[in-house]
Amino acid sequence: MNSVNDRSRDIGPFVPAPDDDMLICRCEEITKGEIRQAVHDGMWTMTEIRRYLRAGMGLCQGQTCARLVKGIVARELGVSPAEIEPATSRVPMRPIEMRIFANEAKEEEDYEQ
Amino acid sequence: MKRHDLIIVGAGPSGLSAAIEAAKRGLDVVVFDENEKPGGQLFKQIHKFFGSKEHRAKVRGFVIGRQLLDEAAQAGVKVVLNATVIGLYQDKEVVVKIGEEIIHYKADAVVIATGAAENMVTFPGWTLPGVIGAGAAQTMMNLHGVLPGKKVLMLGSGNVGLVVSFQLLQCGCDVVALVDAAPRVGGYGVHAAKVARCGVPFYLSHTIVKAEGEESVTGVTIAEVDEKFNFIPGTEKHFDVDTICLAVGLSPMSQLLKMAGAKMEDNPRRGGQVPVCDEYGRTSLPGVFVAGDVSGIEEASSAMIEGRMAGIVASEYLGYIEKEAMDGELGSLEEALNGLRQGMFAPENRGKAIEKTEEGIDVSANLLKRGYVADDEIERFPGVTHKKGIHPVIECTQNIPCNPCQDACPKKCISIGSNITSLPIVAPESECIGCGMCVASCSGQAIFLVDEDLGDGTASVTLPYEFLPLPAEGTKGIALGRNGQKVCEAEVMSVKSAKAFDKTHLLTMRVPKEYAMSARFFRACE
Repeated sequence: MNSVNDRSRDIGPFVPAPDDDMLICRCEEITKGEIRQAVHDGMWTMTEIRRYLRAGMGLCQGQTCARLVKGIVARELGVSPAEIEPATSRVPMRPIEMRIFANEAKEEEDYEQ
Repeated sequence: MKRHDLIIVGAGPSGLSAAIEAAKRGLDVVVFDENEKPGGQLFKQIHKFFGSKEHRAKVRGFVIGRQLLDEAAQAGVKVVLNATVIGLYQDKEVVVKIGEEIIHYKADAVVIATGAAENMVTFPGWTLPGVIGAGAAQTMMNLHGVLPGKKVLMLGSGNVGLVVSFQLLQCGCDVVALVDAAPRVGGYGVHAAKVARCGVPFYLSHTIVKAEGEESVTGVTIAEVDEKFNFIPGTEKHFDVDTICLAVGLSPMSQLLKMAGAKMEDNPRRGGQVPVCDEYGRTSLPGVFVAGDVSGIEEASSAMIEGRMAGIVASEYLGYIEKEAMDGELGSLEEALNGLRQGMFAPENRGKAIEKTEEGIDVSANLLKRGYVADDEIERFPGVTHKKGIHPVIECTQNIPCNPCQDACPKKCISIGSNITSLPIVAPESECIGCGMCVASCSGQAIFLVDEDLGDGTASVTLPYEFLPLPAEGTKGIALGRNGQKVCEAEVMSVKSAKAFDKTHLLTMRVPKEYAMSARFFRACE
């Protein structure tokens, strides 16, 4: 376990800030204040933040906000963003409709033409 | 399941280069790209590239893109477009969405060349329509012919911010300010100088306080920041704009590698989450290689070399070439890559304040702070000399890996020597014939031809001009200084266009002779 995830560490109380209502994750409409509060609720990793708030779980899959969310979490924890482990990468890498995701091509077709 | 020797993800400069090298050696190669056109960012690059001949210097990016596509087609590379790779599994199983179906492929080797995505910064109003990435602005202008806006503020003074600002000016946009929170211009000084002399003010140590507007951007407020990036009260400046362009860096799109189980690291010097890899792109997974921005943010010229390296190591991995042959080829590519990674902007110098050139000359403080070399600083650089008659004035003041100017002159007036980053020198005994090849060859648009005394109290200044429509001979207007401010009246003596100039036109203007060394741009009277 890396030192960032040492949950016994005291990160101090949540202090409201004037820019708490700024949208960070546009797809899921999650604000900076919600992300900061989530850290104080015990969500210290990107995976936890995603599951708790859905930040980075929308259409762009965090392409825009992942770096921003990471920066906010890192600042709240008082560590460098490089120390925050990124969220798990999973298939599908890009948003895709379920009907297509479930539609496997037949073997004989040639798609490279 | 369909099989290929090598599957490449991404048909940008590095992916195509890798494909070419592998296909030339007999591998069955297929390249998937999620876009409708190949070439990655290359087809948005309308400026001439830096480097030496082997790096295709002074060739415009989109032309390099065409050359790469031709080369790929000749080598027998298959490029499948609108093909989104949605997964990379163990044992190199590649899952691709093509049309409305999912297709599973299996490769013996994989090159991931997915490139990077633009970073964003937040400020009140950053989600308003009209706040766009600089890359989006480039896509709109250069691929689709759509004007991103009329009045634009650019945030970011790296090469992307500078190059896109110039392109916005070329499209007829009003770039009201170029802003960066850093205390120094991040990109090449020559890129900054060509934007500054068009009259764009630079605000370093400034950033955006807020974007204004209800439905879309109608204005923006910036303010100065201190060393800790806190706003300094009372320094706010407002601009009426309809567009705010963000050029604040790139992040590697490395998720496929992480998904496949490659060892990753968070490396701020390489732009974020990147795979751990050796200098030729071998990741921790045997047979999975990387090239280009996905393994560390650089630029297109180095991405192409990295791609070639990855294609060669993949060929050796699959037994299509011997190790000795591979080592030989990698050696020369490594040399080419090292050539690009030299000078003041070399990766190891990133973020450092460099005060002197390799020649020991003080770097222009104005260039770093305001985007242009001040009149009292320019004389100390070796490309700036005086003589009777027409002669080149080379305002190249930083050590960057670029040397087309020394080959451009048929009279050998200009020399850089074997060290590609040296500042160009005008040979004292040389005889300039005023052909203008040097002016057109300079990717940084930093070379001028000056005749300081035409004998009638006037002087002529020939400058690189890439704006349309071209002014006619005899057009009256004003000459702008390096800082973009009016210095004097000017009249167009001639505008030369030639195939060899590759769309850089040579505008010669007549100015009073006392302004020969300060007049550097022409603007026609309205």
